[in-house]
Amino acid sequence: MIKLDQLLTLLNNQSDSLLVINFWATWCKPCAEEMQEFLRVEQEFENEKIKFIYLSLDFKRDFETKLKPFAEKRKMQSDVLLLDEPDYDAWINMVEPTWQGSIPATLILTPKAENRNFHEGQLSYIELKKLITTYLP
Amino acid sequence: MKKLSFLLTMAVCLFLLSFSSDKKGYQIGDTIADFNLKNTKGELVSLNSYKDARGFIIVFTCNHCPFSVAYEDRIIALQDKYKAKGFPVVAINSNDKDVVPEDSFEEMIKRAAEKKFNFDYLYDSSQEIAQKFGAARTPHVFIVEKQKSDLKLKYIGAIDDNTDQPEAVTKKYVENAVNDILAGKEVATPTTKAIGCTIKWRK
Repeated sequence: MIKLDQLLTLLNNQSDSLLVINFWATWCKPCAEEMQEFLRVEQEFENEKIKFIYLSLDFKRDFETKLKPFAEKRKMQSDVLLLDEPDYDAWINMVEPTWQGSIPATLILTPKAENRNFHEGQLSYIELKKLITTYLP
Repeated sequence: MKKLSFLLTMAVCLFLLSFSSDKKGYQIGDTIADFNLKNTKGELVSLNSYKDARGFIIVFTCNHCPFSVAYEDRIIALQDKYKAKGFPVVAINSNDKDVVPEDSFEEMIKRAAEKKFNFDYLYDSSQEIAQKFGAARTPHVFIVEKQKSDLKLKYIGAIDDNTDQPEAVTKKYVENAVNDILAGKEVATPTTKAIGCTIKWRK
């Protein structure tokens, strides 16, 4: 579980890897569909300098009962984090000013956050792969 | 060849431009166009048909989205509080029934009966109204005020600042906005954002 300050640190991407942050929730059907594609792409790029973070917007009380079983069932290896910040208006614009707040949404950040790409809505396997290839150093 | 690629680039730019401006929808201060949509009783409803209204709390919502469901009781409470003050709630479902069968007109009728909705719950089957407003998620609220014969957009955003726990709400965005309008003031917070389900567009 993370709070806003940790999210903001993530958004700076101080690593030397490409960072792919997927905003999702277990209750969101298109997110679950998209997740399958993400996990496939993640596997294909496992030898590259790339890090996937699945940032769940599930309610805090659903952490043990919904989020954990979801991640375990899909054997998700990457970071699955729950952002515990219910006042959405306080932080959505900090992530991306054009974001209307619907999920799924995906933010791609190059090292040191020099370049970024934000996509609101479901990404297909091909679209995600294309995006990653564009930004991979 | 160069000329052709230039023309192609221009065409792509124009296409992207038209796409982005479509997506944007109404902005604060814009005059919104009235519409005619069917409610769950099967009657055609337009905003103009509300004779005593001074404005409207228009809520894009749906049956299936957990965030919409979380707000149902609060939407009912808004109608209880503000209809008498001239700001009735008008709820609109714009989701495509082929993408989400739970959001069909028949299911809307069921949900409205189960929850005893005290407001008009309208079906935007063509999705035209959601597009015009630039509604992106559910729930997504638009507050309009009648000024002479025009309907002016005063607020776009969330209902309040805590979807999961109504008792933990500290900022009642919609109530504050309507209260500002009723007091003859400018809306102090005219836009807010929230997480929600995407509106399910026709494929």
